[in-house]
Amino acid sequence: MKSNIRIYLISALGLLLSTLFFGLLATWAFLYPEVYNKFLPFYQLRPFHVSAALFWIITGATASILFYKNETVAKGIKSSALLETGFIVIWLSTIAAIFICYGLKIFGGREYWEFPPILCLPLLISWILLMFSFYVPLFKNTGKKPMYIWMWATGILFFLITFVEQNLWQIAWFRASYLKEITVQWKSNGAMVGAWNQMIYGTSLYLMVKISGDETIAKGKTAFFFYMLGLTNLMFNWGHHIYNVPTASWIRDTSYVISMTEWVFLIRMIQSFKKTLEQRAKLRHLLTYRFIIAAEFWVFMNLLLTLSISVPAINLYTHGTHITVAHAMGATIGINSMLLLASFTYMLKIDNLKGRVSKFLSFSYWVSQFSLGCFWIALIVAGFIKGYRTVENSKLNFQEIMEPVLKVMKVFSYAGVFLVISIASIVIVYLYNAIKLKQYQTQIEI
Amino acid sequence: MIRLWIGLFIAFAIYTCMVYYYCDKSQKTEISPSSNALVGWNIWQNKNCQSCHQIYGLGGYMGPDLTNLASDTTKNDLYISSFIKYGTAKMPNFNLSDSEIVKLVSFLKWVDKSGKNRVSKEKVTWTGNYKLDN
Ligand code: HEC
Ligand code: HEM
Repeated sequence: MKSNIRIYLISALGLLLSTLFFGLLATWAFLYPEVYNKFLPFYQLRPFHVSAALFWIITGATASILFYKNETVAKGIKSSALLETGFIVIWLSTIAAIFICYGLKIFGGREYWEFPPILCLPLLISWILLMFSFYVPLFKNTGKKPMYIWMWATGILFFLITFVEQNLWQIAWFRASYLKEITVQWKSNGAMVGAWNQMIYGTSLYLMVKISGDETIAKGKTAFFFYMLGLTNLMFNWGHHIYNVPTASWIRDTSYVISMTEWVFLIRMIQSFKKTLEQRAKLRHLLTYRFIIAAEFWVFMNLLLTLSISVPAINLYTHGTHITVAHAMGATIGINSMLLLASFTYMLKIDNLKGRVSKFLSFSYWVSQFSLGCFWIALIVAGFIKGYRTVENSKLNFQEIMEPVLKVMKVFSYAGVFLVISIASIVIVYLYNAIKLKQYQTQIEI
Repeated sequence: MIRLWIGLFIAFAIYTCMVYYYCDKSQKTEISPSSNALVGWNIWQNKNCQSCHQIYGLGGYMGPDLTNLASDTTKNDLYISSFIKYGTAKMPNFNLSDSEIVKLVSFLKWVDKSGKNRVSKEKVTWTGNYKLDN
């Protein structure tokens, strides 16, 4: 492995560890503000946690693309290490600067990107470097491209588009109306999730091709159809974030209609269930595959939730409650992080590990799945209680509404402790291997 | 394949322009913020009120939604300002000056005029959808 990419992989894992650590602290700050407000309040911990989560996902996705690029898009083409290193250095140092700002209570951005907006500039510059390093070999390399390359290319492009859109609020015209500002904000936030999903699903498709040896799954009409369906959802299905905002009603209608196409994904999963089981019997020994299967399970569960909250009549109860958090964390942990861990398992050759370490990983894997289940259900229950009490009992004040919610959030925090321990144990083994890999390589070079 | 892709992309570009131009046309009055409200909006972001509070249900979930606080007849300006000035056991005190608080309050009043955060269940039609007017 090239050393710039190895350092980048290690940083991505470091971001995952930070996400877990800050998530747990944020939960305690949520439950016990009287204590935490004195030294590390929720309004600092939430941005620490959420930004670390977003950067873990985007860094993990781009790390995978940079790694696989040399065996696919840039195969046989000399690619510029300078562009890659430039991207990595600027990207990572900006993230460090962002965390320093949070530490000093310097904010100024919008939801999820709560740092001073000037820091978006270096992020943008580094992304453009990444684009050059990906697209130049892509266009040099003529010939039909498998679907995963389309997905990577789409994800990288749409991240740029949505990132720029995310920053339009800095132009006075967009700030001249609250409805416009909030609509554009959530249009870009929603579509950006679609952009990183393209990068990550592309990676998982590539991994499946690699471990099953079946090239056909990334070719042909079905693969293209599901890619286009995903892209359509990226472009037009962000409106569920703002159903309750009194913007033009066609925005709500479009999103409602498009979101119902997600039934196709669900039906497809049910249809191919038997095939999945057969495949599982063959590939079960690979941790890479087990992470992919975990993600499949979470796709299924999250689709059920998403399909429900995409119906405006149901959304009116769930919006603004922890059900939204269940939707967000269910997808970012259950789907995105599991697929990224699959990719890291593959890149770091974890499947070669035998004996006690492999058993330990297996055990941690199961603990993480069970605790994620409890974690997710606790959030849904907490959200349901708040939604029900708000809509049906409009006379209650905020404290009264939250009283039973806080009890459920305590259960959430216990599940969170197990989730943190189990995922962190996996990450620490991976980090150890990423560092050892280097020693191994230098030995061979000598 | 490429043609289909380009077609979809053009549809996306057109939809995007439509959203930018027409999304707020349903709002009849006081669309633009006063200069005080604009400054208040920046303070809202700089102090990261959004990490605990929601507007239109969006933000962090530790504190209440503040979209329609300004039109809540049980809570007047003094109530809101003293809340922001002194904080509570759960909400921190940000040591804001009185003029900063005035600006925050005018931001919240402007947001309140843009519409209602809660959708009443009577609005729902048989399609599972609803229409809003403000
Ligand atoms: C650490 C989380 C937190 C932050 C940050 C925060 N608040 Fe609060 N705020 C709360 C909580 C919790 C309440 C509910 C009152 C309580 O439980 O003490 C509240 C209540 C309020 C209220 C009264 C609402 C009502 O309906 O009675 C206002 C007004 C308010 N906050 C404004 C702000 C503004 C403006 C900011 C930014 C300068 C801010 N808050 C930052 C947690 C926070
Ligand atoms: C890989 C791991 C994780 C990822 C990717 C992740 C991601 C996220 C995201 C995207 C949000 C924003 C949700 C929203 O605004 O709707 C969020 C919020 C949050 N997360 Fe996580 N999370 C992770 C792990 C954890 C863990 C382990 C805990 C607790 C033990 C935790 C506690 C929280 C809390 C308390 C919030 C704020 C909710 C609120 O505003 O009330 N997270 N997380």
